[in-house]
Amino acid sequence: MQEFKKEVSFVEKNKIAIKKKNMFIVNYIKDVFNGVKSLVVGLRRTMYYFSHHKEIITEQYPDNRDTLVLPDRFKGEVILVHDENNEHACTGCTACELACPNATIKIITKFDISPEGKKKKAIDKFVYHLELCTMCNLCIVACPTDAIKMAQTFEHSVYNRAELTKVLNKQGSKIREGVE
Amino acid sequence: MLSFSNISKSIDTWLNATFNSTWTMLFEMVIAGVGVISLFAILGLVLVLMERRVAAWIQIRLGPNRVGPGGMLQSLADTVKLLVKEGMTPDGADKFLFNLAPFIAIIVAMLLMAPIAFAKNFQLWDMNIGVLYVTAISSIMVISILMAGWASNNKYSLMGAMRSGAQIVSYELSAGLSILAIVVLSGSLNLNDIIQSQADGWWIFKGHIPVIIAFIIFIIAVTAETNRAPFDLAEAESELTAGFHTEYSGMKFALFFLAEYINVFIVCAIGATLFLGGWMPFHIGNWESFNHIMDYIPSSMWFFSKTFFLIFLIMWFRWTFPRLRIDQLLNLEWKYLLPISMFNLLLVTAMAILGWHF
Amino acid sequence: MVEEIGRTADGDIIINVGPQHPATHGVLHLVITINGETIKKVEPHLGYIHRSIEKMCESLTYRQFIYVTSRMDYLSSHINNHACALCVEKALQIEVSSRAQVVRILLDELTRIASHELWWGAMAMDLGAFTPFFHAFRERETINDIMEETCGARLTMNYIVPGGIMQDIHPNFQKRIKDFIKLYKSKISEYDELVTGNIIFQNRMKGVGYLSAEDAISFGVTGPAARGSNISCDVRKIYPYEIYDQLEFVEVLETGCDSFARYMVRIREMNQSIRIIEQLVDNIPEGDFQTKTKAVLKLPKGEFYQRVETARGEFGVYIVSEGGTTPYRIKFRSPGFSNLSALDHMARGSKLGDLVAIMGTLDLVIPDIDR
Repeated sequence: MQEFKKEVSFVEKNKIAIKKKNMFIVNYIKDVFNGVKSLVVGLRRTMYYFSHHKEIITEQYPDNRDTLVLPDRFKGEVILVHDENNEHACTGCTACELACPNATIKIITKFDISPEGKKKKAIDKFVYHLELCTMCNLCIVACPTDAIKMAQTFEHSVYNRAELTKVLNKQGSKIREGVE
Repeated sequence: MLSFSNISKSIDTWLNATFNSTWTMLFEMVIAGVGVISLFAILGLVLVLMERRVAAWIQIRLGPNRVGPGGMLQSLADTVKLLVKEGMTPDGADKFLFNLAPFIAIIVAMLLMAPIAFAKNFQLWDMNIGVLYVTAISSIMVISILMAGWASNNKYSLMGAMRSGAQIVSYELSAGLSILAIVVLSGSLNLNDIIQSQADGWWIFKGHIPVIIAFIIFIIAVTAETNRAPFDLAEAESELTAGFHTEYSGMKFALFFLAEYINVFIVCAIGATLFLGGWMPFHIGNWESFNHIMDYIPSSMWFFSKTFFLIFLIMWFRWTFPRLRIDQLLNLEWKYLLPISMFNLLLVTAMAILGWHF
Repeated sequence: MVEEIGRTADGDIIINVGPQHPATHGVLHLVITINGETIKKVEPHLGYIHRSIEKMCESLTYRQFIYVTSRMDYLSSHINNHACALCVEKALQIEVSSRAQVVRILLDELTRIASHELWWGAMAMDLGAFTPFFHAFRERETINDIMEETCGARLTMNYIVPGGIMQDIHPNFQKRIKDFIKLYKSKISEYDELVTGNIIFQNRMKGVGYLSAEDAISFGVTGPAARGSNISCDVRKIYPYEIYDQLEFVEVLETGCDSFARYMVRIREMNQSIRIIEQLVDNIPEGDFQTKTKAVLKLPKGEFYQRVETARGEFGVYIVSEGGTTPYRIKFRSPGFSNLSALDHMARGSKLGDLVAIMGTLDLVIPDIDR
């Protein structure tokens, strides 16, 4: 505070002091008036909102579940896209596993034997640890076949922590023809 | 016509006919006690809900809407929650004073109910020094706060209590002086006489600008006296977490909470009585027919609507303004409110002597 | 010197403000020595939310480590990500397409406004006015919706990758921003009505928390807090990155050196951000949103530093590379840490209520301080 006062030069200070002495009562009333006026302005604003209920912005969340639309880019959780034939596009290349900063994804591969008797690499389990995921989207970007994407779910709470470790490939699913 | 005074009168006659005078007295006291306690409970529920609703609407929210129709039972649910919570006494606290403080707060609030006229001829105690009684009793409130702050063995509590002490003691002055303005005009300390003196118009309309100034100062001072924002330094949330009731939990906290709201109700009732005519309907001078129409609205309705209007004012302030600092708070009182109200009292006195009011 | 009952030898009381306290907005722990209501000393204790982010980054690749910075100053997470991406791009000499640059700046400025909105509400809340908080959130919510639509998250976006942005902008992006500008312009006057002009607020702020220009420099205060002391320190002007040097905006400076000056800087800065957004929103150039980069980024051996202006001040990323895929060492220069160091100097001699107000004007975000 002291340095603050120093900046006002001595002459100016004197002038202000003289002015203050002469104008004391006027300034006092002016202060009171301006102060009250600023308060009234604030009161008017809050009164406006008190009486205009259409300005209310509350979203009643669990009630509006049915109408709640999340943007299609919203990052909720990673899912492996399956089509109607229970086929997915994951080749088990582990690009997502490598891209993940938190070791959220673990891909366990197996070798399928094709009808021709050839060995072919395929995923056995696509393990996804939702509890470790930070929704950074790096795995989705890394995936060369667009096999995984972000789902728009966001209600992830469970009673048991183990439920958050998910296997993303569905039972009996296999890789789509033609995806390399 | 069904009115509070008729009901009380019929109960009184029935009791007198059935029992002797001592028993009647006793029964009436019990009835009055139960009445006050139930009024407390209802007021607590209603005012808390009202505060939350006002706050929500001002803050562009909806407010409580889950418990009961439109959230009406929210405060009841809160009360149940507080009742079943453990009332802890912290280690190192002065156990006796710590547990006593909330009761003093609530007893003071109860005592203040005595002289208030809720409706025409409906009053617990029509004493001839009603105004003096209210100002005297309301200053006991600070003792419970100081007690709570000191006994908690918590520095936040202590600071809250000290702030509250400084604040209530100083704001009592201007509250008292603005009350005096009305006492000077009506020439009586009896609340009933003050109400009767407003039969041809409320003081706020009859008394010109000086009474309006006194009214504004009264509202500011009682807001400070009841420790409500913008003068809620005793429990300044962002500075002292919860001030003097930081360590209180469960029902002991609820009693402080209730006492705060009851105090707000009481000071607003006093304000309504002094400046807005209490239960007196809206009368204009000699307009007999107009006054007659107004008399059809029950007197209790007048009283409660005026009181709740003042309560709304105080709530409106709370949700609009930021908090003052402790030194600014005292500056406001000693540099602005006190000189203004003293000067104002002089004006009112001159006005009363010269008969300039209506 | 400190006895067990919490008193100094002089009889002053020692109070712990925090780690759980409504005014510290997080887990900051201030040990304050007070005499009555007057503050004699403020001693910040840190470390309650230390997650060793710098050490963590040493095991993450240059694509991965960006997301971690969102968790530092979570209110300007986008700007933090921007700084990291810029640093990597600088090291690898990647040219970023002008489309990506413009989108980055647009999101930067939106983040800045969102951060200042939240600060404004929290500041008023520190002073005991609860209503502005909700009003500020109305505007902030609109920004968050824009972020959610384009980046996929509301707070920790991770939308910036080295070489550009992760996805192209959402088709609604420009329209939503224009809607926001309209909303902002219709509501900004309410901020003045509710808070700025209020006599109680002005009395609480003016002449409180004096920080002279010399002290601000010696404490390393940056951002709006320093510009309130009339120090020109806007990185966007002094060391322009992206296309900031081609944009028209004013570096907001106030000469008051007190809390009110710092407050006004932020309020005026929001208007400048709106000005930048208005210049860019209709002029997003066509082109790639991301420059093709190698799948595995390897920084050349050396040391790289990049600074940006976040909502709180100068944020710096310092990468030491040994030539591998992960950094050898990373240091983040966070604005909150140095701003906090000036708190003791500013708060000494003022009242307890002022401490809260001064802390509010510094706009502290605790994870930013602790990292």
